[in-house]
Amino acid sequence: MLGLGADLLWADMNRLLAFLFHQGVLDEQFLQLQQLQDETSPNFVSEVVNIYFHESEKLLRNLRGLLMEREFSDYKKMGIHLNQLTGSSSSIGAKRVTNVCLAFRAATDHNNRSGCLRALEMLEHEYCYLKNKLHELFQIEQQRVLAAGVRYPVQNN
Amino acid sequence: MDSHKLTALVVDDDRMVRIIHGKMLNSVGVKNQVVQNGKEAINVHLSGQTFDLILMDLDMPIMNGIEAIKELRSMGICSTIAGVSARSMESHIQEFMEAGLDEYLEKPLNISKLTSFIHKFYVTN
Repeated sequence: MLGLGADLLWADMNRLLAFLFHQGVLDEQFLQLQQLQDETSPNFVSEVVNIYFHESEKLLRNLRGLLMEREFSDYKKMGIHLNQLTGSSSSIGAKRVTNVCLAFRAATDHNNRSGCLRALEMLEHEYCYLKNKLHELFQIEQQRVLAAGVRYPVQNN
Repeated sequence: MDSHKLTALVVDDDRMVRIIHGKMLNSVGVKNQVVQNGKEAINVHLSGQTFDLILMDLDMPIMNGIEAIKELRSMGICSTIAGVSARSMESHIQEFMEAGLDEYLEKPLNISKLTSFIHKFYVTN
């Protein structure tokens, strides 16, 4: 019964992952991160993704701050933030976020402020969705690890 | 040459990317160090360290990848240098290559791109 809990949670995780791949939220780069996770770094994926969240939120705040300036004209600075967000998003396999970053960068290349604003709205939406789904994934994984641990209690004879 | 005997320097201002690229290099047996920008890459070499491979990001504060590569080459550093960036425009890549790169790898980096790069320079050469 206890093992069944861990198995069901494992199935839930895989279903959620399959859904995220199917929706284009994640791509094969996320699998690369999973392959790098091993006994020496058992929480590698969640640690790396949490760093991504922390850094991305700073970049998103910077982007919004720039665009909200009354006399905004620093498209070059915006491009720098976007390059960083594009690189980090692609490195964790955040496919939809990366694609919106690319569209956003195109708008900055054309000094298109309204285009940038629209892209920022979309970027914030995609980022929030990604964050919620990955948190859900990590929660299921934590529950699975706990359930698997309970199945094999340590016996001291 | 066996990749387990190679050493590498990862130069990137993004902490998460440094962790991922470092872990990828570890997974193929390449000992590595990480620094945050081109200036730190120069300083590491000035301290006497050398590396077989350098993975150099393009856009970094303080000193970017192009400036760092030019400086390293002028110092006589002959390491195999791969530029690693999310940029895909030909003009950007051309400028990066002309600075003295041996290879350009578009982000995201993965194990397959990394091993192909190592194989190209350390098995055929």
